[in-house]
Amino acid sequence: MSTAKPLAIEARGLRKSYDDNTVLDGIDLSVPEGAVFALLGPNGAGKTTTVAILSTLIGANAGEARIGGHHLDHETDEVRSLIGVTGQFAAIDKLLTGRENLHLMGRLHHLPKTEIHERAQRLLEQFDLVEAAKRSPETYSGGMRRRLDLAMSLMGDPRVIFLDEPTTGLDPRSRRTMWTIIRELVAGGVTIFLTTQYLEEADQLADRIAVLDGGRIIAEGTAEELKRLIPGGHISVRLKRVDQLEPAARELEATSTDPDQLTIQVPGDGTVDSLRSVIERLDRAGIEVDDLSVHTPDLDDVFLALTGRPENPTSQKESLR
Amino acid sequence: MSTMSYALTDSMTMLRRQIRHMGRYASLTLMVIGIPVVFLLLFVYVFGGTLGDGLGGITGGRAAYLAYVVPGVLMMAVAGSAQGTSLKVAMDMDEGIIDRFRTMAISRVSVLTGHVLASMIQILLAITVVLGIAAAIGYRTGAGVADWFGLLGVFLLISFAITWLTVAAGITAKSPETASNTPMPLMLLPFMGSGFVPTESMPTAMQWFAEYQPFTPWIEVTRGLLDGTGAAGSDIALAVSWAGAIALFGYLVARAEFDRRGA
Repeated sequence: MSTAKPLAIEARGLRKSYDDNTVLDGIDLSVPEGAVFALLGPNGAGKTTTVAILSTLIGANAGEARIGGHHLDHETDEVRSLIGVTGQFAAIDKLLTGRENLHLMGRLHHLPKTEIHERAQRLLEQFDLVEAAKRSPETYSGGMRRRLDLAMSLMGDPRVIFLDEPTTGLDPRSRRTMWTIIRELVAGGVTIFLTTQYLEEADQLADRIAVLDGGRIIAEGTAEELKRLIPGGHISVRLKRVDQLEPAARELEATSTDPDQLTIQVPGDGTVDSLRSVIERLDRAGIEVDDLSVHTPDLDDVFLALTGRPENPTSQKESLR
Repeated sequence: MSTMSYALTDSMTMLRRQIRHMGRYASLTLMVIGIPVVFLLLFVYVFGGTLGDGLGGITGGRAAYLAYVVPGVLMMAVAGSAQGTSLKVAMDMDEGIIDRFRTMAISRVSVLTGHVLASMIQILLAITVVLGIAAAIGYRTGAGVADWFGLLGVFLLISFAITWLTVAAGITAKSPETASNTPMPLMLLPFMGSGFVPTESMPTAMQWFAEYQPFTPWIEVTRGLLDGTGAAGSDIALAVSWAGAIALFGYLVARAEFDRRGA
């Protein structure tokens, strides 16, 4: 008998295109039961399309997939009764109150009435929405809306949960709350398939990460495995005088210099020791420093390492700022 | 539970959702009920005196016109709901929750039947209010118990047909703005039939159109039942055929479009 865990999600050669525009160009996935799988990629990589196909929202042009062993095309209802989906755009009824939204879901899952009321109450408490339960989601903050959205997905007690960019647009605190909630779900034994633009998020939550770019998976592995592919962080030093650029670069063995910005980049992980050493060496050489910043690896670096090009021009500019 | 009974329970769940929406969109609900009432009062008290004389009856005047115009105004109540239904469906389709419904193991058509049932209830409500106000200003019907059952059947049939048509209009519309405009011509149809004046008073081409459009048999059957004089068999056949054809057309378009939007 095989000792491998049964697969919760299994996909072979998924393709999707709209007219001439190929969104997914042959995707293979296998996610074991109880795992957290992250699909990491920039906007337009095909993350949402992948979720839409796996959650039976749209059909693929080619390829096939199974959720919990059920074929997506031939056993659609079985698949649907196993899954819960929370997208980046709120899938809630804004004309109903928070509690009514949960009750609506319970009725559509054909649960007995008492069960509906109990589950709704439990989820409202768990997601800190008791106070807001009587109000319309119109009055909710972004984080509350996302929590209600997720609570609605949980009313049917899904075995596989799709989270499409669960924290995009949330403030740092709401993001942390969301992470805690997701970790609690994992402890409950469900399988989670999440998409994200943030390396940190994938790192924090996922057992396995696949990097999606231009409709293809360009790398897959654990967070550790992926990070090994990425050069470490660097320290960026801005100088005051252009004539000191060369000596500074020599002194610190800089990996790159930018005369326009008067900056040099030095390999370093941003620890206090590495910073102190950089400053001391610059001091000794009598080089005046205008500004110093630490750059930790992010999605840009993953993409730079994997594709040899930045994720996209605008985000590169942001990271230089 | 079988697929069939899921379709039923899911439709009831969606109807509950729509009824809650009705309460929260109270202005839209009030408008749907209010418009035919305004038309009734307008036609009876502003135009009624003159139009009643033109009917050529023995008494003439306002009272005669009130007796004549009620079926027409009832059709306005049916047609007038179309705009609201179409708008509501279009706005609903833009909501993220529709995508959630698509990923759930529910009867898909229940999303649409919820809208249809809620709009039918709204129409029946409007019809009841119009009949009540008509009675309050002096309208007397000759309908017996059997006639009332007949009328209920006719109203259910017509509102079923018009609602499926407007659900289709709402779901096909590119934006809520177009959705509220598309059903506008429906509002004119009761006027271009036997609803407000006898068709014999119209020019030949107009008369021809009035004779063959769906609202005329609907109005005639309603009028016959309300007066207690009974409806002509040919009118009943026409009324039922029109309603059946329109409902089927609306249903097929709405379903196809709902599935297409998901892909």
